[in-house]
Amino acid sequence: MTDQTFETGPGGAEERRPNALIRGLKTLALLRESWMASIGIGIVIFWVLVAILAPVLAPYPYEQQIGPLVNAEPGTCAEPDRPYFTDEGMERTTGDECYLLGGDNLGRDILSRIIWGARPILIWAPLATLLAYTAGIFLGLLAGYKRGWLDDILSRVSDIILSFPVLVLYVVLITVVGRSNINILLAVTFASAPGIMRIVRGLVLDLRNRDYVAAAQTRGESSWYIMFVEILPNARGPLIVDACLRLGYTIITLGVLGFLGLGLPPPDPNWGNLIAENRTVALTSPQSVVFPCIAISSLVLGLNMLADGLREISLKD
Amino acid sequence: MIVFLARRLVFMLLTMLAVSIILFAMLEVNVESIAVRVLGAYSTDTQREIWLEANGYLRPIYVRYIEWLGNFLVGDFGESTRFNTRVADILWPRLGNTGLLALFTFGIMIPISLTLGVFAGMREGSRTDRSITFLSVITTSVPEFASAVLLSFIFVFWLGILPGTSGFTDGFSLREMILPVMVLIIYDFGYVARMTRASMAEVMQSPYIRTAVLKGLPYRRVVMRHALRNALIAPFTVIVLQINWLLSGVIVVEYFFAYKGFGALLLEAALNNDIDLIQACAMIAVIVAVGTQTIADIGYTYLNPRIRFT
Repeated sequence: MTDQTFETGPGGAEERRPNALIRGLKTLALLRESWMASIGIGIVIFWVLVAILAPVLAPYPYEQQIGPLVNAEPGTCAEPDRPYFTDEGMERTTGDECYLLGGDNLGRDILSRIIWGARPILIWAPLATLLAYTAGIFLGLLAGYKRGWLDDILSRVSDIILSFPVLVLYVVLITVVGRSNINILLAVTFASAPGIMRIVRGLVLDLRNRDYVAAAQTRGESSWYIMFVEILPNARGPLIVDACLRLGYTIITLGVLGFLGLGLPPPDPNWGNLIAENRTVALTSPQSVVFPCIAISSLVLGLNMLADGLREISLKD
Repeated sequence: MIVFLARRLVFMLLTMLAVSIILFAMLEVNVESIAVRVLGAYSTDTQREIWLEANGYLRPIYVRYIEWLGNFLVGDFGESTRFNTRVADILWPRLGNTGLLALFTFGIMIPISLTLGVFAGMREGSRTDRSITFLSVITTSVPEFASAVLLSFIFVFWLGILPGTSGFTDGFSLREMILPVMVLIIYDFGYVARMTRASMAEVMQSPYIRTAVLKGLPYRRVVMRHALRNALIAPFTVIVLQINWLLSGVIVVEYFFAYKGFGALLLEAALNNDIDLIQACAMIAVIVAVGTQTIADIGYTYLNPRIRFT
C-alpha cells in the first residue's frame, strides 16, 4: 500500500493539515463577504461573551430578591432604608440598588437574570444540537452508504418521528419522562436527529458515487473509513448551514418549553422561564417579559443571519 | 394513478397506526406511574393496586391497546380526569376553535407570503428581493411567545386598542382574534415566502422564460402567464405542510392568549397528567399532520406531471 501514489487520498489530506489554523482564519475572513453573516456572527459572539463573563457583568446575583424593587420600572433605584431579606437575614436598602432594566415579580434584577440566563441557553442548546447531529450523521451515513434494508428501516422510522408535530412530540415526551436537563436534551435529540439523518442521507446518496469514493473502495478501505473520512468532510457545507439554523431552532425550543412550564427546571434563569414566571404581570410591568424576549430573539436572529450569509457565500463559489 | 393513491393511503394508515402504538406505549407501558399520576405521590401501594385493578390496567398492554384503538375509532376517547367529563365532549369544540384560528391564519398568510415571495423571486438579488429576504429572516427568528409578548406590549399595554386575552368570554369577537392570528402569521409567513422566492427564482432562470423575454413579450405577461404556474407548485406543498408547524404554534399562542383551543387543551392535559386526554389530543394532532402530509404528496404529484406515479 503506497499512499504517495494517491494525491487526493489520505496522504494528501495530511499534508494540508498544518494549515488548518490558517484555513480556519480564511473561512472567518470569508464571512466578511456577506454583511448578513458578519452581523450574525457578531450577535452570536456578543451573547457567548455575555454568557462567559456573566459573573463579572451581572450587577446582582440572579436570585437576589430586593422586596422594594418588585416589578420596578427600568432604571429605578430602591428608596433608602427599606427592609429586604437575603440568605444572611434582614438587610436595609442603601438607596444604591438600581435595576437598569427593572425588577421582576419577586424583586430580582432583570438585567442580571438575562445575563445569567444566557448560560443555560448557550450550554444546553449547542449540546442538544451536537448530540442530535452525532446521532443524525451516524444514522444518515449508515442509511445512505449501506442502503438496503437498513436504509428502509431507518427511513421509515424517521418518517414516523417526523410526522409528529414537533411541539406535540415534546409535550408528550416530557410528560412521560419528566422535566430535567438530561431529559430535555434527549427529547430534543430524539425529535431532531431524524431530520438531520434525512439531510445527511440525501447528501451521501449523491456523494457515494464520486470517484474518490470508488478509489477508496478499490484501495480496500473499510466502509467506516469511507463514510467518515471520505464522504462526511465533503458533505460539511450544507450541514454547517443547517446546524446554524437548527441551533437557532433548538434555542427557540428551549425558550418555548420554558415558557410553557416544561423546560429546564427552576430556579434556572433561562429566558423562557423568565417570561413564564412573569407572564401574570406581563400587562402591568411589561419590562419583565419584553427584555428576555428581545434577548432570545436577537440570539436566534444572529444564528439565522449567520446561516443565511453562509449559504449566500457558499452559493457564490 | 389509482395504484399510487392506494399506496399513499395505505402508507398513511400504517404511519398513523405505528404512531398510535408508539404514543400508547410511551404513555401506558409503565402502569405504576399512571397510578401515581392519577392518585398522587402520597397514595399507598394498596390504593394504587386497587385503582389499577379496577380500571383494567393490570391486563397485558396489547389487550389495552386494542381496546383503546377500538374505542378511539368509534369516537370514544375515554374520560378526562381534569375536566371530569368525556374527552370527546371537550375535544371537538376545542378543535373547532383551533380550526377557526387556522382558517384566519391561512386565509391571510397565504396571499401575503405568495405575493412577497413572487415579488422577491421575480428579480433575484434586487433591492426588493433583499429587503423581503431580510424581513423574513427577522420574522422567523422571533419565537411565537416572544412576538406574542412584544405585540401585546405594543397593542395592549402601550396603545391599549386590543384585548390581551382571547377567551371569548362574551361570545365570538373578531377583535380577540387579531393578536393570535397576527402572531401565527408573523412566525409562519417568512418560511412560505422564502420557499416561494426560491421556486420563483429558479423558474425565472429557466430557458423557456428567457425565450419568452427575448421574444419581446411584456415582462408582466411573462411573469403572470409563464412563470407563476410553474413557480407555485413547490409553495403548494410548503403551505400544506405548514399545517404541521401550525399545530405546534397554536400550543404557544393559545396558551398565551388563553384561547380555548386544541393546543391549550393538550398542554393542560400534559401539565395535569390527564392520560386519556393527552392520548386523544396527540393522536388527533398526528392524524391531522400525517393526513396533510399525504395530501401534500398527492397534490404535488398531481400538479407536477414530471413526477411519475411509482
